[in-house]
Amino acid sequence: MKYPFPVGTADFIQGDEAIARAAILAGCRFYAGYPITPASEIFEAMALYMPLVDGVVIQMEDEIASIAAIIGASWAGVKAMTATSGPGFSLMQENIGYAVMTETPIVIVDVQRGGPSTGQPTLPSQGDIMQSIWGTHGDHSLIVLSPSTVQEAFDFTIRAFNLAEKYRTPVILLSDAEVGHMRERVYIPNPDEIEIVNRKLPQNEEEAELPFGDPHGDGVPPMPIFGKGYRTYVTGLTHDERGRPRTVEREVHERIIRRIVEKIEKNKKDIFDYEVKEIEDAEIAIITTGIVARSALRAVRDLRREGIRAGLVKINTIWPFDFEFIEKIAEKVERIYVPEMNLGQLYHLVREGANGKAEVKLISKIGGEVHTPVEIVEFIRRDMR
Amino acid sequence: MRLVSAYEIRDKYLRKDMLPTIFCPGCGIGSVLQYTLRAIDELKLDPDKIVWVSGIGCSSRVPGFVNFDGLHTTHGRALAFATGIKLANPELKIIAFMGDGDAAAIGGNHFIHAIRRNLDVTVILINNFTYGMTGGQVAPTTPKGLRGTTAPYGQFENPFDIAQLAVAAGANYVARWTVFNYIQGINSIKKALQKEGFSLVEFLSPCPISFGRRNRMKTAPEIIKWYQKITVPIEKAKKMKPEELEGKIIIGEFVDRDRPGLVREYEEYKKRAKKMMGWEV
Repeated sequence: MKYPFPVGTADFIQGDEAIARAAILAGCRFYAGYPITPASEIFEAMALYMPLVDGVVIQMEDEIASIAAIIGASWAGVKAMTATSGPGFSLMQENIGYAVMTETPIVIVDVQRGGPSTGQPTLPSQGDIMQSIWGTHGDHSLIVLSPSTVQEAFDFTIRAFNLAEKYRTPVILLSDAEVGHMRERVYIPNPDEIEIVNRKLPQNEEEAELPFGDPHGDGVPPMPIFGKGYRTYVTGLTHDERGRPRTVEREVHERIIRRIVEKIEKNKKDIFDYEVKEIEDAEIAIITTGIVARSALRAVRDLRREGIRAGLVKINTIWPFDFEFIEKIAEKVERIYVPEMNLGQLYHLVREGANGKAEVKLISKIGGEVHTPVEIVEFIRRDMR
Repeated sequence: MRLVSAYEIRDKYLRKDMLPTIFCPGCGIGSVLQYTLRAIDELKLDPDKIVWVSGIGCSSRVPGFVNFDGLHTTHGRALAFATGIKLANPELKIIAFMGDGDAAAIGGNHFIHAIRRNLDVTVILINNFTYGMTGGQVAPTTPKGLRGTTAPYGQFENPFDIAQLAVAAGANYVARWTVFNYIQGINSIKKALQKEGFSLVEFLSPCPISFGRRNRMKTAPEIIKWYQKITVPIEKAKKMKPEELEGKIIIGEFVDRDRPGLVREYEEYKKRAKKMMGWEV
């Protein structure tokens, strides 16, 4: 297949552009969106590429319509994505819940900016961490990935599609204006270098008749896509294994919701991803995510030079969150610092994970600037005194 | 026209395990559903290639009762979901079964934009002038002065004329009937299903329980009599003065044209893109 950008080579591109290219290599052939800073470049790149690879790109009337359209496309059997920023992400929340409830594989990119409300359209933030995990209503679980570099924006986008297909779930790629607009060297692999996961399709009539069942015991039912003669009924109402609405039976609701949540939570080991640096002998740990992890890495090195044994834990998967892993880190170190560009969101998760085994301190910064390494070092130095 | 028995239509197209329906006595949705299924039957369309899409409300429960692929979505968003299904797989024929509150209030923006794009979809719209499922609140179609639980002293806002809105937004086919114009209704649905682009068949449909009861029309027959009073066939309306048409609802076929549908336009767009990039001559 011919690609509208060079493959098997490195390129110097923006994070947003990297997401678009990765989506196409991951097999995305439907993009619906609504322009919003700082995510528009994803749409613009998709607008350029999609028609050339026989995919669909369409500018919808709003963000609600955009996510609705990609859910529809997914049920028609096509890998689909939308991208937005905070305010648009808020509008999508109801249909994110719909995608969770109907177990629809889709990818939603949120290139975070300062909020709440219209906030700081051109500046980065990590203010949507809680919204990405808990934004929609009701009991649910989904997957949230958080890149720190343009290369990771590329790699995590491919992973987002694979996880969406593997677990039949919406996956959120939580980027930010800094990663989105920054240009870096990115290796764009050849298609045969990439592992691509496709959703399970029903192998027989029996499986097709249980589009929300668990025929393989792994919690992930095969997805009978539209037009194949399976006559599948999909509803956001509480439904049984066959997809029939069963809204007032407590057991049915409990059964379906527990399975939908557990198919993510039970596979935490597969989904949760992190990187550690200098953590073996560390007395303090910096746990952070996204763009801030890059400043934090430099801070770790500077602290080490001063004789403070610091280590870094970079969280790549924000949800499902491996609380036990954080507890193990907390057992090894005396203190944990959580620098993040909000008033404390990842901090809540880390503190719960640390479970009192280590003191957890928030290094908060808002307003649209990434923490400098010096700021992190100074906070820690002051705190350790 | 010879009508096949209603039992035959039921046995052929409904999911028996989902019956009975949730619809109240006197409700018109079942009738309109029957007309739609009859139209599909008469046109001999392949049920495996039809997807029913809906939003929220009584009429939006219809995809659950018919044995087709179906997507019962969020309130007002049926046409946005339909856009994705149709463009992702243009082989599929989409029927959106919607209510007036669903289509014209919360879904108003999706409605006009789906029409503007000329999305290839047939909308069957149940207009009962009320929010039936949530208990009879006023809708954007409620005629002025009539009561709903959220306007207990009579609606003070102006109603939408959904069919005329669709004509203005650019639909290829628009017709409106009451549920009692069944021959015209079935014929219109048949036409609509064969149309490229956006087609809409709106039905005035009785809701005695949530709407009629609050407006001195407790039974379906009373609502029929009211429809007879307030509806004017389009040919007759053309000869009437605006003052005479005040408070009346025009029924009939409003538009029947053949602008290219969204799927065809996008196929052309793809070709243009490849040509402009030098991928194809």
